[in-house]
Amino acid sequence: MVLNIKEVEHVAGLARLTLKPEEKKEMVARLSSILNYVDKLNELDTDKVEPLTHILPVNNVFREDKTEPGMDRELLMSSTDMKEDGQYKVPKIM
Amino acid sequence: MNLWDFPVYLLQHKLQSGEISSVEIVRAFRERISQVEGKVKAFITLDEEGALREAARVDQEGGYTGLAGIPYGLKDLICTRGMKTTCASRMLEDFIPVYDAFVVAKLRETRALLMGKTNLDEFAMGSSTEQSAFFPTRNPWALDRVPGGSSGGSAAAVSAREVPFCLGTDTGGSIRQPAAYCGVVGLKPTYGRVSRRGVVPYASSLDQVGVLAQNVRDCALVFSIIAGHDPGDTTCVNVPVPDFVSALDEGVKGIKIAYPREYFALGVDEEIKAAVMKSLKKLEELGAIVEEVSLPHSEYALPAYYLLAPAEASANLARFDGVRYGYRDLEADNVIDMFAQTRGTAFGAEVKRRIMLGTYALSSGYYDAYYLKALKVRRLISSDFDKVFASYDLIVTPTTPTPPFIIGAHVEDPITLYMNDILTVPVNMAGLPAMSIPCGLTRGLPLGMQIIAKPFAESLIMQAAYAFEQNTEYHSMKPELEV
Amino acid sequence: MGHEYETVIGLEVHVELHTKSKIFCACPNEFGAEPNTHVCPICAGFPGMLPVLNKEAVELSIKAGLALNCHIAEVCKFDRKNYFYPDLPKAYQISQFAMPICQQGYLEIDVDGAPKRIGIHRAHMEEDAGKLIHQGAITETLYTLVDLNRSGVPLLEIVSEPDMRSAEEARDYLEKLRAVLLFAGVSDCKMEEGSLRCDANVSIRPLGEKKLGTRTEIKNLNSFRSLERAIEYEVNRQKERLEDGGTIIQETLTWDEEKQVTRSLRSKEEAHDYRYFPDPDLVPIHISRDWVEALRRNLPEMPDQARERLMKEQGLPAYDAAIISLSPDYLAFFDACAARYSNAKVVSNWMMVELNRLLNLHNMNISECKINSNDFILMLNYIDNGTISGKMAKNVFEEMFATGSSPDKIIQEKGMVQISDEKALLQLVRKVLEENPEVVRDYKNGKEKALGFLVGQIMKVTKGQANPGLVNKILKETLTEE
Ligand SMILES: [Mg+2]
Ligand SMILES: [Zn+2]
Repeated sequence: MVLNIKEVEHVAGLARLTLKPEEKKEMVARLSSILNYVDKLNELDTDKVEPLTHILPVNNVFREDKTEPGMDRELLMSSTDMKEDGQYKVPKIM
Repeated sequence: MNLWDFPVYLLQHKLQSGEISSVEIVRAFRERISQVEGKVKAFITLDEEGALREAARVDQEGGYTGLAGIPYGLKDLICTRGMKTTCASRMLEDFIPVYDAFVVAKLRETRALLMGKTNLDEFAMGSSTEQSAFFPTRNPWALDRVPGGSSGGSAAAVSAREVPFCLGTDTGGSIRQPAAYCGVVGLKPTYGRVSRRGVVPYASSLDQVGVLAQNVRDCALVFSIIAGHDPGDTTCVNVPVPDFVSALDEGVKGIKIAYPREYFALGVDEEIKAAVMKSLKKLEELGAIVEEVSLPHSEYALPAYYLLAPAEASANLARFDGVRYGYRDLEADNVIDMFAQTRGTAFGAEVKRRIMLGTYALSSGYYDAYYLKALKVRRLISSDFDKVFASYDLIVTPTTPTPPFIIGAHVEDPITLYMNDILTVPVNMAGLPAMSIPCGLTRGLPLGMQIIAKPFAESLIMQAAYAFEQNTEYHSMKPELEV
Repeated sequence: MGHEYETVIGLEVHVELHTKSKIFCACPNEFGAEPNTHVCPICAGFPGMLPVLNKEAVELSIKAGLALNCHIAEVCKFDRKNYFYPDLPKAYQISQFAMPICQQGYLEIDVDGAPKRIGIHRAHMEEDAGKLIHQGAITETLYTLVDLNRSGVPLLEIVSEPDMRSAEEARDYLEKLRAVLLFAGVSDCKMEEGSLRCDANVSIRPLGEKKLGTRTEIKNLNSFRSLERAIEYEVNRQKERLEDGGTIIQETLTWDEEKQVTRSLRSKEEAHDYRYFPDPDLVPIHISRDWVEALRRNLPEMPDQARERLMKEQGLPAYDAAIISLSPDYLAFFDACAARYSNAKVVSNWMMVELNRLLNLHNMNISECKINSNDFILMLNYIDNGTISGKMAKNVFEEMFATGSSPDKIIQEKGMVQISDEKALLQLVRKVLEENPEVVRDYKNGKEKALGFLVGQIMKVTKGQANPGLVNKILKETLTEE
């Protein structure tokens, strides 16, 4: 196994995913097998290769600094019931 | 021939000549859907009544320009104002966007009629549409088989003649592979040709919206409507959009076609190899120059893709935190638990797997070994294509290594499932346009041929595909769905 | 016995860029609106929504970089900084990690009369998050409300080198930075509205030691005063800890304004792993040298240049020049006055003493001040021609500050005209001398103080309106004549 259960728990924490115990076990097995597979990339020497982050040969796409009014608040917030006084409502932070 | 059997261009013709009305067309498709949808299960949401109302308006207004009066389906991760957009996920089961995707606005503008939203693998993560949180879609050619994915609902809907065309999205083959599996035409445009605004992203640097239709001409018609600059998507390029339809007739005489030897190895079925080689012969007969080439880094595209796409996805799907829309866990008494439980509950297994993989590939200590390495390999793959395109106009390959498989066959084995995209993924990595067209049958199952071109040369792809189509019968084959 | 320690401070400053619209959408960049009314699906992070970069945000960032003597990148990009928080709608902040727009600049501050360079490590563009409103204290609240009006407001994060050696230097740096940004028109830098926010990295090391000590980061210092106090407190805390044989742990602190102490927010062990990667939704920015030069040409006078000019052309002392060039509005007021008044130092004195006193008293900015430069000059002229005394002028000035009235009107309404008529004053003097023969005798016997009493009597009779200089002169003349 490339990954152990502790690492899976750490990554799940970063990704904010609650996993059930059996999901964690499955994750260990499946992620390990995928990571084994992607190890194939190490066959390639890429020391002198520039990473390709943007496939398009395009840059400097801007908008002018013009304003439009925000969206109607009722409409914008119609996608949730968890709201109060025109604000989104979430459980306590700590 | 039934009205629902007609391709877009014939429906258009009949509308324009006053032979039929748009309302009649929608009624015919509604009838067809009622007959076959129970078996195929291509749609998550259907709105035939809405389409009918719109059709009545179009008929009243008259002037059947563009796609006016033609019904269509949308992969259910393309946002529609006022109509549920679920991404086939429990997370967005009840999500009704307050905005249209740019492509939807374009289709509304041309007065095409939205019939419904088609099924997919949850958040487009999959190659079989089995990963939909709601139900699997079935292949109209063999109901015990998958339609491919992730645009499986769209491909199946066109194949089963429930709508004459659909839009899908393609991140690693998600239009071309289901098109091949369902015996329809699927176009994945150049990265940057079609706006992604309002399309729920899987991997933003790879995603592209495209067309699934019965034939190349229909594809060109629809593509003409959705292609073009959108100032609201900085990766949607401001380049001229040619007249794709009138270019169709230009043939393949003198066009240089390469076929990469690596695409005829890589565990590709013998029947498929044979069918594509036979198709290449056909293209040669029609005047094309056909030669073998090498794309040496092909086998590395898939492992690199399975780092890059999940890495981007891990960020793209982070916004589903239960705060502003979508599912929320109401048990948690603090916000950290609320996030984790919301996401742990509402995302399906494959989505969680890819989020985990992508998070891991970006995390401290692993970034260079995984994510950065994959970006470098992406460069190698892209340069492979550049080299071939320096001397050739098109590249032809099989679309998939195998015909559609039995539902459930690979559920326990993600890597074998991932292998399905081995011939389509390199194209996304290089941002190129490509199309899958039917090129044969094996044991009653359709096979697809992939045609790839340089950036923004979709016209040339369609020109070659159209020439092939005009001289073969594969595209007119259709599944015999018992009614 | 106690060691000698050296304090090492670096500041991370976030300023809101003064644009009309947000950085990636067209919502207004405006403080103080009703919650969630300057919000659209883009800045609320709805699925499928895409950012489009505001060109003005880029230009303001370049201007700031130039004003801070930075190298402006030829190519820069945006990255995603991933973390979950209810005020961050996409769960990633679009920021610049690998390729910031500005690098390697500096600012000069004054330390004991000599200039000192504080290095600017980098400055990068990013979007702001929304605002959380806790129902009660953050630790006790049952739930929290989210307002996204601020989400997507353009920020420039300016990171200094750890070049400051005292709380005072840190304060001077921040004041200078604010001045430069104000002059460049990059931000309105209102700390009270959060358009300038400061975090301080603080460590200490034994004097002579080259290696940096373990640092702590104090978050959200929202005034110059709390910056100074928090650093002083933290430096002492660290010293005491080391003297007691303890070690400093790397942690994030918050400044408790009420109790005047720093408190721990989280330690390094639970630090974030932000998983930065290039944002595929935004194309790179290529900044041509022509573009940079065009912006440089349009850059207004900077504080250092203004200070030089005030010293050279107006003959102001360095101290006055430095204070007046800390704010463009302040400088503009000075310039407008000095242009029509012969003695710049008098203008500077009035501004630094009376005007500043009133501004501080009312917690106001000079841009909100009702006095215009015309009226101010008029008042100075009235002092010079003897119409009013310096003391009366202070009252006139207060009235001008409060009401915005012209000095003419105030002097007239209050009957504040100074009596400078020598004949009238002579009569008054004679009368007072007659009424106070003993005092006159005292004076003649060498009691200098007696003169003051006599002047006071005349001022009393005239209700303070007599020209004190003239009264003095006439008194002396009359007394010697007799
Ligand atoms: Mg920052
Ligand atoms: Zn907005």
